[in-house]
This record gives sequence, structure tokens and C-alpha cells, in this order.
Amino acid sequence: MATRAPDRLAVPPNRPVRSRRLRRHLVHQLDVKGSPYAYVAPFFLLFSAFGLFPLAYTAWVSLHEWTLLSDEQTFVGLDNFRTLLADDYFWNATFNTLSIGVLSTAPQLLLAIWLAHLLNRPLRAQTFFRITLLLPNVTSVVAVVVIFSQLFGRDFGMINWMLSWFGVGGVAWNEGVATSHAAISVMIMWRWTGYNTLIFLAAMQAVPRELYEAATLDGASGFTQLRKITIPMIRPTTVFVVITSTIGAMQILAEPLLFGSYSISGGPDRQYQTLSLFIYENFTKLDFGYASAISWMMFAFIVLVAGVNYLLTRRAKGGLT
Amino acid sequence: MRKLRQRFLTPMVAVSALAMSLAACGGDGGGDGGGTTGSSAAASQPGEKIKLTVALFSDFHYAPLYEEFKKTHPNVEIVERRSQFNDHHTNLITQLTTGAGAADVVAVEGGYVGAFTPVPGKFYNLKDYGLDKRQSEYLDWKWQLGVSNDGSSLMGLGTDVGGLAMCYRPDLFKKAGLPSDREGVSALWPTWDAYVETGKKFVAAKVAGAKFTDGPGEHFRAMVEQAPVGFYDDQYKIVAGANPEVRKAYDMSVKIIDEGLSAKLAAFTPPWNTGIAKGTFATMVCPAWKTGTIKDQKPGEGTWDIAAVPGGGGNQGGTHLMLPKQGKHPKEAAELIDLLTNKESQIMLFKEASALPSLPVLYDDPAVADYVNPYFGNAPIGKIFTSAAKALKPQRVGPKAGDVLLAFNNGLQRVEQGKQNAEEAWAQALKDVGRIK
Repeated sequence: MATRAPDRLAVPPNRPVRSRRLRRHLVHQLDVKGSPYAYVAPFFLLFSAFGLFPLAYTAWVSLHEWTLLSDEQTFVGLDNFRTLLADDYFWNATFNTLSIGVLSTAPQLLLAIWLAHLLNRPLRAQTFFRITLLLPNVTSVVAVVVIFSQLFGRDFGMINWMLSWFGVGGVAWNEGVATSHAAISVMIMWRWTGYNTLIFLAAMQAVPRELYEAATLDGASGFTQLRKITIPMIRPTTVFVVITSTIGAMQILAEPLLFGSYSISGGPDRQYQTLSLFIYENFTKLDFGYASAISWMMFAFIVLVAGVNYLLTRRAKGGLT
Repeated sequence: MRKLRQRFLTPMVAVSALAMSLAACGGDGGGDGGGTTGSSAAASQPGEKIKLTVALFSDFHYAPLYEEFKKTHPNVEIVERRSQFNDHHTNLITQLTTGAGAADVVAVEGGYVGAFTPVPGKFYNLKDYGLDKRQSEYLDWKWQLGVSNDGSSLMGLGTDVGGLAMCYRPDLFKKAGLPSDREGVSALWPTWDAYVETGKKFVAAKVAGAKFTDGPGEHFRAMVEQAPVGFYDDQYKIVAGANPEVRKAYDMSVKIIDEGLSAKLAAFTPPWNTGIAKGTFATMVCPAWKTGTIKDQKPGEGTWDIAAVPGGGGNQGGTHLMLPKQGKHPKEAAELIDLLTNKESQIMLFKEASALPSLPVLYDDPAVADYVNPYFGNAPIGKIFTSAAKALKPQRVGPKAGDVLLAFNNGLQRVEQGKQNAEEAWAQALKDVGRIK
């Protein structure tokens, strides 16, 4: 309004008025164009300091033979990456990460959708059930792993004790590849299923009730409704959950580390050494150049796997027609 | 008038307050600067409060000693920081590199001392604070561990040494028809071969629910550390693969597995702790400080007893106290470690924390030599552990001895779990050692 006011003045604008108008106009322009950037700036400044800079610095370190206590670091170019691609242990860690990731994520998401579907009906004490679902997630990961490691113990573990009722002899859970991956996946599932259930539940509550009412009138069963209405309607949430779970699964560290009682090689045969553990091992050996190279490879893997999963989940569940 | 006063007085007060606080800062900084060159400035300011941080990796039972230090240094406040063993030394390296965050006094375990002795520039030279006068009191090999590789600097003062013994369960030995008294058991195994032979007899007696020993890892470590040369030679080069002593220790450990003596438990894991309490194995390698670990599992008084270790003496573990250059009060810090390691303190810590003194003069002191531990069937632990420490042949500990040991221990575990035979595991262990830079 104020900017328009001078237009209506019959007096021919003299110089000072014009310059004042110009200045006001500039300030206004600056406000419109500049302020939004100022508002989002704090995040980007923090992100640059704590996200972008470490990322770039890690890339720089990965091109060096970098040990901590000596003062000079030799530039070696892509040598670390070359060594890495020829390193059996690296591929072993990659395989373990993918294996534990698939074993924990796939059943977990199916279970979460199913649980959310059950909770999406009118229930007594709804809040109680929802809070209960979130409890495993707020439990400290250390506590979870310590308890589960006891359960999966070879000599005095509860799971082996229960298996003995069926005549199955003491399974050494952390010795084998398959058994240790299964045990670690169970810990991850226990912690994250409830969390994902709540996200699915939130999405499901946004699905219009009329669709279900119509389907019920048409005689569709609960399962059919889940398959034909709920799942297509919550597709964007599914994509989100799949991507966040994938990223989480690629970065698993605490569970295998603690499951192996602080064995940084992920068991004597590296049977459950994940990529994060492999990075950790090389960091504790103070081989920083190599550890940084692995970090960057892991970053590339995460982008790749998350991208593939995104395409798959988008394609697999067509829209509601 | 009022206005005038407001106009001029307020800024003047503000400026003078600022100037005063700046002066205070300057005084503080001056004290710090003086501290690094010998702390004459610190001494001239008796009212100045000094804070010393002490970084440890477990409870060293130092609290009463701090109180004693404060009696002579009323202006010093001591704050203790404890971190997890594995993280402790990595943290210290990071702090030294980034130049911030290190404590005034840091504990460095025997296996890690070698990681720091190549870089004396990062630590104060304790000779500058007159601590080299303590040399005559110390076990020579323990003293030498704390000297920098080039010999120019005294970097750390030893606290305890881990004299070796073998802990065993008298009840299980009795069940197996073996002698169960301390002297009788010690006589069973003058050598590691004899130890394995005893193990075979134990297995043949079929004691229900119990193996002869926990796992071969700690035995391997003990055997390597008994040799004159271990993983590193005198030039700090890794010689693990070429050293026949290491191979001998490895073969003996494989024999422990092959003869079915092992309960397949890696030391310091939760199932191993359960094993100590429930008695699923009858013997374990036992440096002095491990008696505390056993007690923590509450197996019951007299359940475990202590005999001599096969192969004579030996040492496992033990700690040094060092002063990183980042500390601002080296004089006080040096006085503190002098107190923490003196005779009275070491005797106190021996009784409190089973930390075996590194001052041989104390080994004949009745307070140590005649000390018996009621928890271990009145075992004369003073005599057992001191004779082990005295019999030790000093060995060069390299900067990454811990990583080398881990590679071999993983190999032994692969053999134990039936994943590889002894030769394959040995080859892979050497490959892993080769990756250590």
C-alpha cells in the first residue's frame, strides 16, 4: 500500500522523493528475495560445518597415507581405493552388510505394515498400544544388545535352552555366518519395528474411511482391503520408510560390535563384520586414509542401494485405480 | 548534573571493569606461561586454584591418594575421568593430534606405551621435574618401557606390573583326581608341555560340565611374552612371522585346542564371566590384576586358587602415567604422579586393587611378600606374583602389539571353531599382521 501511495500524488515527483522511493523499493525487493534465504541459512550453515566439511575433508584424507602421530601425510592419489577394491575383507563386509540389511529390513517392514493395519481399527486403549510399540526404540541400544547376546548365548542362553526341548543341541550363534546374521537381525527388528509401525499407522489414518466402507459393502475381506486399498494409498510413506531403513541398515555398527563382545573384526572369521565395523577397525588401527576411503565407498553404496530401492518400491505398488 | 554523571560515569565504570577483567585474564595467562617453563609464576601465586585432570581406563583406587596430595597442595583440585579401555588410548592419540582435550595426567597400558614412545615431543620430559631420581627404585625393564625410543626423554612412570600366575579351581582338580593344593598344582606344570599333559589327564577323568581351561588366547599371549623377543625386534620391526618363539607358542595353543582342553571362551566376554562364576573351566592364565576380575564375578570365597604359571615368570599388562604437553601445570602433575607411584602408594594399591608394585625393593617388604589373599584360599599372592615379575626377561613392546595379538587370537579362534586348520589360520593371521602399518 505504502509503495503505491506516491503514484496517486498529483505533484510531479522531485528528486529526493524519487530516491527515497527507490531506496524503499530496494529494501522491499531485498526483503522479498533475501529474507527466505536468511531464514533457512542457520540449517545450511550448520550442515556445512558438521556435514559438508567433514565429507569433503574425508575425501581429502582418503587420498593420503594418513596416520595420526606422524606429522606429515603423504599424498597417494587413488591408491587407497585401488587397495580397497582388491581387498577380500572389504567385499566380505559389504556382503555381511547387505545380508543383515535384507534379513532385518524386509520382514520388519512387512511386520510393521501388518501391525499398523491391526492398530488402525477401533481399539480399546489405543494410546497404550501405540506407546508400547515405541518402547523398544527408546531403549538404549547397548542394553538391547547385551540382553539379546545373553539370550543367544551358547552355554547358558535362553534360546538354546528352549531349543533343547525340541532336541536341538547348543547352537553357537555367533560362530556361523547365517546364525550370527539372524541373531543380529532379530535385535534390529526388535528395536525398529514399532517405530516404523507408527509411521505406517499415521499414513493409514489419512486414508479416507469411505473407501473401506465401500469395500466392506462390496464384501472385501480385511486382507483384501489391506492389499487393494491401504498399501496403494500409503505408497509415498512406504518409499520413505524403505529409504530410511535402507540407510539405517547400511550403517549398522553397535549391534555387531557389541554382539561380538567388542570384537572390532566382527568375530574371528569376520563373519559379522559390517562396513561400519570395517571403518571402525581401520580407524582404531589409526590407518585414517584407508578408513576414509571405505567411508566414501560406503556413501556411494548407500546412494546406490537407496536409489534402487526407491525405484523398486515406486514401481512395485501401482497407484489406486 | 545528573545527566552528565550518567553520561560519563557509566561508561567509565564499564571500561574500568573491562580493564580489570582483562588484567585478570592476563594474570591467568601469565601463570599458565610460567607453568610451562618451570612454573615459577605458579609458585609465586599461592592463592591460584589449579585443576588437574587424571584420565584412567578403570578404577585405579586412587581416591585416598588424591586426598593425601591435597594435604600438601591445598590449591590443587583433582578431577578423574574414566573411559572404556579400548576407547581410552584411541582418544588419547586423537587428543594429541588435534592438540586439545588431553588430561594433565594420563594412564597408558603396557601394550600401548610403545605407540607413544616414538613421539617424545607430545609429552613432558619427566627428567625436567627431577623424576629420573626414582630410576634406582624401579624394575629395570619397567623403567625402560617409559623411556622414549631415542632415549632422550623420560615419558612415563610405571604404576603396577602384571606378574603372571595360573588360577585354578581346587574342587574340579579334586574331582579329576589331581592334586589340589597350591604346591602340588604348581609342581604339575613346570613347562607348558606339562600343562597340556595335566590337561589331558583332566579330560580323561571326565569331570561333568567342565573343560580344563577357558580358551587358548591368553595362554598364547603369556607364552609369547615369556620369550626374550616377541612380536617386535629391538628396532621396533614386526618379526612375528619369522620368530620361532611365536610359532612355538602358536603350536602349543593349537595343541590345547586339539586335545579338547578349551571351553572355547574368549577372555573378557560375558559368557567367559559366567564361566568363571559357574566353573565351566578349571584353569586360567592370571596376571595379578585379574584376581580382581575373578572376584567381581563373585564365584565364592575359596572357589579359585592361585598356582605358579608354567614356564617360569612373566608379565601381562601394567600401566604407566604420562604427562601430555597440553597440560598447563606440569610441575604439580609431576608431583602428583610421583606420589601415586611412591612406595607407600604402591603398597596401598597392592592391597586394595591387587596391583603388583613395580618397585622390587617392596618385594621383600613384609607388607607385600607376606600378603595372603583370603578370597583365594589364603594364597600367598605376594610371593607368587613377585617371583613371577622378578623372573621376567624384558621384551621390546612395539607400537601395535595389541593389533598383532588380535590377529593371532582371531586365528586361534578360527581353529577352535573348526573353520580352518592350524596352517590356514596361521597363514591368514600373518596376512592380517602384514596389513598393520
